[in-house]
Amino acid sequence: MNKFWPIFFMFWPILAIVSFVIAPGMDWWFPGPAMSPLGEQIDNLFYLILVIVAVTFVGTHVALGYVLWRGVDNKDQKAWFSHGSHNLEILWSIAPAGILMFISLYQLDVWMEFRVKTHFPEGTTPVAEVTARQFEWRIRYPAPGKKLMTTPQSDDLYTVNDLHVPFGRPVSIRLRSMDVQHAFFLPELRVKQDAVPGAVIPVWFEASKPGEYDLTCAELCGWGHYKMRGRVFAENESGFEQYLETLQAEQNFDGVTQPEHTGAQIAEYGIEDSQ
Amino acid sequence: MSTLNPAADASAHAHDVHGHHEIGFVSKYIFSTDHKMIGIQFLFTTLLMLIVGGSLALGVRFQLAWPWRAMPVVSQVAELAGGPTFVAEGGQISPEFYTMLFTMHASVMIFLVIIPILAGAFGNFLIPLMIGADDMAFPVLNMLSYWFMWPAIVCFGLSFTVGGLNAAPAQGWTSYPVLSAIVDSAPGAGDAQTWWLMGLTFVGVSSMMGSVNYMTTIINMRAPGMTLFRMPLTIWSMFITAILQAFALPVLTAAGFMLLTERTLGFNFFVPGGLIVNNGDPTVGGGQPLLWQHLFWFYSHPAVYIMLLPAMGMVSDMLACVVRKPIFGYKPMVYSMAAIAGLGFIVWGHHMFTSGMNPALGMTFMISTMMIALPSAVKVFNWIGTIWGGKVTFNTVTLNCVAFVSMFIVGGLSGIFMAAVPVDIYFHDTYFIVAHFHYVLFGATLFGCFGAIQFWFPKMWGRMMSERLGRLHFFLTFIGFNGTFFPMHLLGIAGFPRRYADPYIHPYMEHLMPMNQFITICAVIMGVAQFLLIGNFVLSIFYGKKAGRNPWNANGLEWTAPSPPGHGNFDILPVVYRGPYEYSSPLVDGRDYLMQTERLNPAAEAVDNPADDATTDPGSDS
Repeated sequence: MNKFWPIFFMFWPILAIVSFVIAPGMDWWFPGPAMSPLGEQIDNLFYLILVIVAVTFVGTHVALGYVLWRGVDNKDQKAWFSHGSHNLEILWSIAPAGILMFISLYQLDVWMEFRVKTHFPEGTTPVAEVTARQFEWRIRYPAPGKKLMTTPQSDDLYTVNDLHVPFGRPVSIRLRSMDVQHAFFLPELRVKQDAVPGAVIPVWFEASKPGEYDLTCAELCGWGHYKMRGRVFAENESGFEQYLETLQAEQNFDGVTQPEHTGAQIAEYGIEDSQ
Repeated sequence: MSTLNPAADASAHAHDVHGHHEIGFVSKYIFSTDHKMIGIQFLFTTLLMLIVGGSLALGVRFQLAWPWRAMPVVSQVAELAGGPTFVAEGGQISPEFYTMLFTMHASVMIFLVIIPILAGAFGNFLIPLMIGADDMAFPVLNMLSYWFMWPAIVCFGLSFTVGGLNAAPAQGWTSYPVLSAIVDSAPGAGDAQTWWLMGLTFVGVSSMMGSVNYMTTIINMRAPGMTLFRMPLTIWSMFITAILQAFALPVLTAAGFMLLTERTLGFNFFVPGGLIVNNGDPTVGGGQPLLWQHLFWFYSHPAVYIMLLPAMGMVSDMLACVVRKPIFGYKPMVYSMAAIAGLGFIVWGHHMFTSGMNPALGMTFMISTMMIALPSAVKVFNWIGTIWGGKVTFNTVTLNCVAFVSMFIVGGLSGIFMAAVPVDIYFHDTYFIVAHFHYVLFGATLFGCFGAIQFWFPKMWGRMMSERLGRLHFFLTFIGFNGTFFPMHLLGIAGFPRRYADPYIHPYMEHLMPMNQFITICAVIMGVAQFLLIGNFVLSIFYGKKAGRNPWNANGLEWTAPSPPGHGNFDILPVVYRGPYEYSSPLVDGRDYLMQTERLNPAAEAVDNPADDATTDPGSDS
């Protein structure tokens, strides 16, 4: 019975390890594999730290369990009279210092690539300006064939919550906030960046596959923080161009004139272009 | 009755013990200047606030498990009482109310529970007793530091009511501007936020009075022979915490005032120009929102150590006693606490990795943050080393101390993920963070406090707390705690963001609802278990087994005083001959403790014992 508590204290770490082992199978894990090259690197760094941490966790808990188990058994009249060991202190200061230093230096490249402008991948093109606002994402694209300018142009295209980007190459957005602080979070792409009022922050990402990705807000922005849901659509180049053209046609529609049929409509309704 | 020279004053002091018998009820129990009574007042207040903060947390948990359902019990009670908000909303938690719930949960737990229970309750009660002083250096200041808590509680309380439950402070405990600076930005950003900021200021004033007092007391009022390196680790931790507090707190207070002036006088520290908040007029601007984050975290990161170091110190003392062994590596323990405190000042930026600050800062803050894990690791190894070769008996104190070590390992290791900037890009503001800091603040600090309550209770009341209830409380709390917070790591990995009133509108989180329901059930178990603690505490005051002076056979000075100590603490002025951890010393036969005040061999000890010079110049040793 006197072994109950050492067993009790060892039961939990084992349960912790077991739950981490079964978690991916139970879908208690990342929302899918990383959908961007940078995201894959982040995941790899996560797994590296997870291994180091798991070894330390098991090691310290085995040690804790062992000393508790032996401590309960201790039939000596007195406990071991020891004030510590200088050599051990040196050892367990230097060893973790080395490991921690390794972890932090090993992380720097990915961080530089993500955040330091001069280290952005070559050919990163700005596709849109995303302005966060309570509680939506306002998106401004340049007109098809034009470049994104820092100041809004008369032919810019606007939309809300749905951000379309081409996949397979790095693109960047100009992230702004119109009111309070928000954060641009793409869980599947492992991208997160706060939108700070008064600042324009370039954020780059690359969707490796076409698809629809979640866009959520990760910084408390008021009562409707939770419902600030957007989507990122990664498309091929022509799909992206077509989307911009459709958007332009919609935006230029004066409500009277028959709009020019856009490529998307042709595909959708099979309408022949009259010209 | 305090003096810089306790030895020379000892005879005058004896008279005081008699002179103070006639203290009236008010000055004995309410406006008391006795550090023990103030400590007990702090303890009662913080336990009361623990219930408040815990209830708020259960509200949060209910919404996450069963979003938009009528709250059981609470909605019925509100209906009976005619609470307009709840009836109008059918007992639902509105999103405004939800944001207020987590904001106030954090504010109450941090500012009214954890900081005051460690520094206020245990710091006050233990410092003079453990260093052999008759009271704090500034007893009246000490009394004020308790009574400045109450304006804070009133301000926080008023902030609930000035705008109704849907317009209480709801900007998170971090209160990031612009949300907290502009009245129109959220329902709770009006008067409620102003009251909240004033509450924060009062808490700060209270803590500041405490820390000035602790530093002075520890530096000046140690008993003869109590050199710095004979101080118990509890005292070291309180000392280091007081220094941290004194240097970091003014920054928060200043930031709070800046925000107040911004809100009430139209200053512009934090709000940039041209913002259109809630379709209002554009802001005039000139400010910079990141300034608040830097100022806030410059205090609030050291505050994390303010909320942890005293528990580390107390656990070190308790652990050595319950395993009957000297602490393993006393000096490394002291140095590592000092290192944590020193590094604690240069790691605040790790709360801001995704904030858009200069990326070069992200790198430096990552390295300093990783380095702060080092002294924490050294402490863990030393605690395990302390148990190594000890004689372990599992009473409530042992259980809570071992839980402290085990939970601190989890909380410390999960911190490494967040310290690594690229990984933090993903984990920032997800439930992984929530899991991490609850493992540190609840798993470590509160288990340490539960142990400390059990351990020093006999010194407070002269009676023991019930072992059986204590173990049952520990058992349920530990299971409930792990069931609540461990799955949050997995939620975080799944990308579950913090502070969402209804995460399930996002398809990628829909499947996480059952896990949240499990968490909520565990949280209820944990919450209910705290009534065992309260019950045990209150009943034991009246019906507990009588305790003598030294029920744990411990070494510290506090155990030489009567239980409970009278006014002035010690009937015989203690003189210290050795450190506090001489358990199982081979110098004595037949018992495994050797108190700090025991003089074994005058001839041998006189050689290097400053205590023998005490009568001539006690203040200048060390």
